Amino acid sequence: MESAETTRLRFDLRIIASIIPENSRVLDLGCGNGDLLEWLARNKNIAGTGIEMDKQKAARCIARGLSVLQGDLNDEVDDYPDCSFDYVILSQTLQQVFEPARLLYSLARIGRKVIVSFPNFSHYSIRLQLLTRGMAPKNDQLPYSWYDTPNIRVITLKDFRKFSRDVGYNILKEITIATNRSNEEGKVIGLFPDLRATYGIYIIEKNRM
Amino acid sequence: MKQSGTIVEKQYFTYGAAPDRLQLESGAVLGPVTIAYETFGTLNRDRDNVILIAHAFSGDSHVAGHYPTDREGDKPGWWDFMVGPGKGIDTDKYFVICPNILGSCMGSTGPKSINPETQKPYGLDFPMMTIGDMVTTQKALLDHLGISELRAVVGGSVGGMQVLEWCVRFPEMIRSAVPIATTMRHSALAIAFNEIARQSIMADPKWNNGDYYGGDFPRMGLAVARMVGHVTYLSDEAMRRKFGRRLQDKEAFSFGFFDGDFQVESYLRYQGSKFVDRFDANSLLYITKAADYFDVVDRVTASGPLKGGDLQKVKYLVISYSSDWLYPTYQAKELVQALKRTGQDVSFCEIEADCGHDAFLIPDERLTTLVKGFIDGVG
Repeated sequence: MESAETTRLRFDLRIIASIIPENSRVLDLGCGNGDLLEWLARNKNIAGTGIEMDKQKAARCIARGLSVLQGDLNDEVDDYPDCSFDYVILSQTLQQVFEPARLLYSLARIGRKVIVSFPNFSHYSIRLQLLTRGMAPKNDQLPYSWYDTPNIRVITLKDFRKFSRDVGYNILKEITIATNRSNEEGKVIGLFPDLRATYGIYIIEKNRM
Repeated sequence: MKQSGTIVEKQYFTYGAAPDRLQLESGAVLGPVTIAYETFGTLNRDRDNVILIAHAFSGDSHVAGHYPTDREGDKPGWWDFMVGPGKGIDTDKYFVICPNILGSCMGSTGPKSINPETQKPYGLDFPMMTIGDMVTTQKALLDHLGISELRAVVGGSVGGMQVLEWCVRFPEMIRSAVPIATTMRHSALAIAFNEIARQSIMADPKWNNGDYYGGDFPRMGLAVARMVGHVTYLSDEAMRRKFGRRLQDKEAFSFGFFDGDFQVESYLRYQGSKFVDRFDANSLLYITKAADYFDVVDRVTASGPLKGGDLQKVKYLVISYSSDWLYPTYQAKELVQALKRTGQDVSFCEIEADCGHDAFLIPDERLTTLVKGFIDGVG
């Protein structure tokens, strides 16, 4: 068994982990093998729950001692009472969601704050490919061909900022990052994030008038 | 090499003799009551390493290992792949108790036990008991053993019903619960199959209104009841894979009724005849009825998060099987939903398997790993 200290979280997950305060109640949607939840449980004493569609991954999480529900996140989020969690995490999944407005509405209902991350479609590599080659672009973050991609939506940082405002969310924080090929390492991008960031990470909450 | 089986002996606990007889949920009284049980592993000094395993409707306390009287080739307990030293439920770490349910015929008091008032077997004078009554007797057994905390309550099918009943009755005693292939209440489909099973027993003239002890017993009715049961425990896929339309020991149809033609007929006949040698027809009537009456929906829904801040919550792991058509996954999900709505800590996994309802009794690394990781991780 690896210890929490030696388990290297993926770079974007490290950023998200650093945002979560100690002793929070956290829901991780699409939690995969549970790396983030386990790290948070060990290092920040959170009460975590994960939702994972893949049966093998969900089973692996449960066998690690994590509380994880195997199922479709679009359905599973409906059952929780309001404000059941301090943070709800939707990491690198928004671009695969069929009804993003409806999902975000549910997330902002069951969580006080929502952390959303997605690959930035306005990255310069994407723009250049489309401009010079005239074909559906691919990069390390969006490696699929148009005909076999799970990513049914293309989102830019600007798109998301506008979408958040339009559907009634406050963006509390925006962290834009550029990751390396494997996405394991990266850095925070301050200047020209729309062009240079590979991922955007947003903390949003519902506009409570 | 370690003998594959732990050696275990069946033990008995008797309580509730008049005038302290047991008040049942139906209002009837029963006593004295004997509960047969088996234990595995060692109770630690803090008495906090206890795991209660609840067996399914026709099961018994012999969850694992061998009896000292077993001969070479005798089968070990019914969950031997799960329970034992170093196994999913590790008896090197945990003290495992498996009681035989009230109403059964495997050592605990049931319809074939002697009624102290008449000195004859109860038969239909045995009062109707519920899943709740089974749990009441198990609680009495734990009191007797000086155990007030359960690290986990684990059970499949009717055993899973007992797990849920434990959780709503004694949540303060329980740290985690693993209901497997079970439901919060029977569907019409499940009740229908149970009713067919009961009617087949009651239609056998040898049943004689439940008064057949000491004479010939309703062998045929009980066998047919078991055949119906076995169909519900399998699945379309499992039956296609196991039998298809293959013929049993013949090349052509017999064009008659007495020789089974198809392998599936032969299998059901075999299962039926095997069952009559070990199970009591009246116990089947009582236990299936208890399962039909079982309904924990309102109590799970009302059982919100425990009040008082630091009180521990029950941690749940709900497991279903993709091909279980007796208690399908949607029923497990209803349980998960109810637990989520009341703020309970719940994990859920559907295991992909084509063996139907009985899958939890078939050795499967996925089940063992899930249960082991979950129970070991209970804080």
